[in-house]
Formats: sequence, C-alpha cells, structure tokens
Amino acid sequence: MPMQREQHDTFFHSVHLEKDLCKGCINCIKRCPTQAIRVRNGKANITKEFCIDCGECIRICSHHAKKAVFDPFDIPGRFEYTVALPAPSLFGQFNNLDDPAIVLQGLLDIGFDDVYEVSAAAELVSELTRNKIAEGNCPLPIISSACPSVVRLIRVRFPSLLELMPPLNPPIDVAAAAAARIAVEKSGLPREKIGIIFISPCPAKVTAVYSPLGMEKSEVDAVFAISDVYPRLLQVMKHDANSAAASKSGKIGIGWGGSGGEADGLLNDNYLAADGIENVIRVLEDLEDGKLQEGLEFIELNACAGGCVGGVLTVENPFIAKTKLKRLKKYMPVALNHLDGVVPDGAYQDFPIKYEPVYRLGEGIEENIALMAKAEELMSRLPDLDCGSCGAPTCEAFAKDVVCGIAKEKECIHLLRDYLHKLSNEIGD
Amino acid sequence: MSAIELKYAIPGDDFTRAGEASSSIKMRLKQMGFDPCFIRRVAIAVYEGEINMVIHANGGEIVVNISPASTDITLTDDGPGIPDVELAMKAGFSTAPENVRNLGFGAGMGLPNMKKYTDEMDIQSEVGVGTTVRMKVYANAT
Ligand SMILES: Nc1ncnc2c1ncn2[C@@H]1O[C@H](COP(=O)(O)OP(=O)(O)OP(=O)(O)O)[C@@H](O)[C@H]1O
Ligand code: SF4
Ligand SMILES: [Mg+2]
Repeated sequence: MPMQREQHDTFFHSVHLEKDLCKGCINCIKRCPTQAIRVRNGKANITKEFCIDCGECIRICSHHAKKAVFDPFDIPGRFEYTVALPAPSLFGQFNNLDDPAIVLQGLLDIGFDDVYEVSAAAELVSELTRNKIAEGNCPLPIISSACPSVVRLIRVRFPSLLELMPPLNPPIDVAAAAAARIAVEKSGLPREKIGIIFISPCPAKVTAVYSPLGMEKSEVDAVFAISDVYPRLLQVMKHDANSAAASKSGKIGIGWGGSGGEADGLLNDNYLAADGIENVIRVLEDLEDGKLQEGLEFIELNACAGGCVGGVLTVENPFIAKTKLKRLKKYMPVALNHLDGVVPDGAYQDFPIKYEPVYRLGEGIEENIALMAKAEELMSRLPDLDCGSCGAPTCEAFAKDVVCGIAKEKECIHLLRDYLHKLSNEIGD
Repeated sequence: MSAIELKYAIPGDDFTRAGEASSSIKMRLKQMGFDPCFIRRVAIAVYEGEINMVIHANGGEIVVNISPASTDITLTDDGPGIPDVELAMKAGFSTAPENVRNLGFGAGMGLPNMKKYTDEMDIQSEVGVGTTVRMKVYANAT
C-alpha cells in the first residue's frame, strides 16, 4: 500500500514508534538531539513538532521499536512506467564496483523501466551553488540544504541562520523533475501513470518527499529504502554484463554520497564540512554566536556520521562505503553535467522555509517569561541527575514539561520521595 | 511586567566550556519566544564576553536579566583589569598571547562586536581588581 501524503502537515515523519515493541526504556530519550521523545505510561512518544527524522533513535533502540516508514518494494505497482532515482550513497554499498553503470543496469534488471542518477543532478546543484557564491549577493557562508534533517533542525532551532540557506532545492528535486519530463517523452504515458521512485539512504529523505518544505508537492512519487533494494540488486548485478545503461555522473556527483563531497564540488577551499548530528549542532551554535565567519563561503552539514552513506537505511558500514565511493570516483571525469546557462526545473524553492518556534513554552512573551521563571524555580529543587525515570531526557526538560502541563511534579521519583518523607513525618508527629 | 534572572559561573582557562553560557541563554530566549534577530545579538554579545573572561580574566560570572522589552547582560570578573578601556575597544587591539592566537582568538574584535550588537555598553575596570561589562539589548530595536 502506498504511503499517505499529508499535504498540509509539515510535521509528518517517516520515523515512528512501534508501540508493541517499545519496552519503555530511556535509551532513545537520551539520544534524541532535539529532545523530542518522552516516555509516558511505559511507552516512548515522539513529539512530532520536534522530530527531525535524523534516525538517532532508530540507531540506539535495541528493541527495534523505532522504525522508518517507506514504500514497500513493488514495481510497477500502481504505476505503468517506473524510473529509479538512486541516491549517490547507493554506489558505496557494493564491493569492487568500478562503474556505476553496473548498478544502473541492476536497477533495470529488477524491473525499473529507466534510471536517472541523483548524482547527475547533484553536479548541476554544485554549479548553481558555485554561481551563487560568485555572484556575491547572498550572505555567506552558504549553508547547504541537501540534508533534510539539518534543514528541519535549523527551522525549529536556529531561525537566525535560515537566511544563510539559499533557496535551492536538493539534487533529488532536480533529478525528479528531469526524470519525469524524460519519462513522459519516452513512454508517451500521462504523468500520473509514471512512478518516479527515489532509492533512499534515510528516513529524512522519505519525509522530505512526503512532506516537503519550500514546495507544495514533490515530483517524487514513492521512496524505497536502499536496504530493501540492495538484496534484490545483489541477485542480478553482474560485472561482465553488457550494460545498456551508462552512467552520467562524474566525481562531483558521486562524491555527494559521503561527507565533504558536496563541498568538494565547489572547487575551492573556503568551506567547512561537518557530519554527525551532534557535530552539526556545534557548528550551528558557533555560527549563531558569530564565530566561523572569516572567509568561510560554504558549510556542508550532514546529520549522519560519514554523510549519506551513514544513513540508517543503508547497509554497508559508512566508513567503508566512503572508501568505496572514493575508489569508484578515482578514474571518473570531474563532472559530466553542466548548466550551459539553463536553470534546471526543480532547482529553486517555490517559497521560503519559515521559522517554526516549536520550543516556545506558551503564547506571549510575558506568559513565557513567567513560565520560564517557574521552571527555573522547579529546577532548583530537582537533583540535576538527569536520571530519566520521569520519562524526560533531563531535569531541565522535565521542569519545562511540568510548567507546560505535560508532566506532574510527583512524576519525579526524587520529588515524590521527599514528599512521602514529609508526609510520613507529619503522620509520625 | 515579568522578568527573569539567569546566572552562570564561568571557569577560567577552560576553552572547551566556552560557549556553554551563550548556548543555554539562547535556548531559553527561544523558549520564551523572542525574535531570532534579537536572540542572535544577545548570543554574540554573551559569547564574546564569555570568551574574554576565559582568556583574559581567569573566569568570572555572567548575570542576565530578561524582560519582554530588553535583556541586560552583566559580566563580572576579578581578573587583571583593562588599563586603557578606550584602546581595548578599538577594532584590532589585542593583548592575546601567542598560544591563544594560534587557536584563532585574539583578532581584537570581541569588544567592538559586543558594542556593535548591543544597544548600550559600559565597561568599568580597575587594574588589579577586575572588570565589569554591562550591556543592554532592546527586544524591539532594529
Ligand atoms: N575581561 C577582561 N579582563 C581583562 N582584559 C580584557 C578583558 N576583556 C578584554 N580585555 C582586553 O581587551 C583586549 C581587547 O579585547 P577583544 O575582545 O576586543 O579582543 P581579543 O579578546 O584580544 O580578541 P578576539 O575577541 O577578537 O578573539 C584584549 O586583548 C584584552 O587585553
Ligand atoms: S546525512 Fe544524508 S542520509 Fe543522513 S539524514 Fe541527512 S540526507 Fe539522510
Ligand atoms: Mg575577545
């Protein structure tokens, strides 16, 4: 069954909780970088306004209760003609791969009618970004908008940095627009009978398709997981096959699969690339504090350690996958795709991404200051152990939950103990 | 009118912790629903003040008073003091030692930036006694 598109909910998520599997342990609440999870009544709950689909809870949950939802592998499924859009990170999953065409042929062999490499579109986005920097009319450093997790993090937590993200869409949208146009031409079918199917390394990109920011609706019709497509590809991929498919990607495009790759595509050294969500947060904090500006033109941020090869829907160890991409790129030309003065379809956002002040305690500033003062008072009575027994990740988070009415003071076992002590003393007197 | 006071002790000579106070203040201002631009100005002012106390004064204390209309930041230390405040305020003036410069500090831009991003700033300093920097940022100023 295809997933439901929730057009107007920009807080739809691929990451979700399988309630039956959840044991109510507190591993995930500690790991979540946006403090989106609380354990209530013995089960984890993800606050959708805070979740950025980074997949950290999926990585940590030993009971496999955190899942990423994507479309089940089914082609042609509800379509008459399907085009696979492999993420660059897919090419890092295989041993001894010396030509991306082998994977592309594999995709045709497992049933897709055509392929369009996201890495090809990535080279155009790299060129657009280079031009933006050269034009010199936007604030620097430019922050990449390629990782949907990072974009979602910035929109809820680093509003003053939104202006550093240029209104460019990530390569997947450029690839989807081109793939759809070509498919209509080649197949003669109407657009709605064509399935543009992205093969994704992560839940964040699933979310970006089903609930996009900066556009009304994505051109991508379905998203499969790399982990789902990988075993099927292994069965059909042959090294010596005559492949009908040819790769249209160069070094720059393939490089986007690992951290630092997008920055390499800018062909200058004035960049910074950070990967892993905690490192990303540190960089954003520093930027907000006014550090890092001197001479820096571009900041590449990937929520996953190692970049997209580290996505939770990939198969290979991210660092091995990165090495594999490096080897694959070695004899490739620098780039095979050039703008030639044309702005490709899907390159620009339709509307800007807005700040979502989800961390606000209440409505007005007066009220919020009063709530904050209450939370500070409560915090002074909490043990500052961050023990997690209350279901909140830190004592601070718990105090805010209490003043917002989501939790009750006595859910803190330490406050409860003090209260019971007092009570028994009173009875004893 | 509601108001709140936040206090932070800043340990000296610990670069790894510099930025913690600014980070905490920023998050609270966001939770209180202040305008992003205003938050950024407070963040830069606090961060520069915090790092100055770490590098030049062996730590100190930050007190922040937040009301809907404005935020007051007071940085107090009992470090060596600033002999010539006017000179210290000049862009590019720095007495940062070599080892600090190698870490990328010491461009002499901290105090000028604090002035630039705040609406009011006042430095009281006495050599051998310490330094107090007071800053004010108005919430609805442009
Ligand atoms: N709290 C303080 N105690 C003693 N001296 C200080 C203090 N704050 C600043 N100074 C003096 O004022 C000078 C200028 O400070 P400023 O913050 O502008 O530059 P910096 O700290 O040297 O370099 P940067 O801030 O660009 O990294 C410092 O080099 C130092 O001599
Ligand atoms: S780094 Fe890549 S794989 Fe990881 S969340 Fe971001 S887009 Fe997805
Ligand atoms: Mg300084």
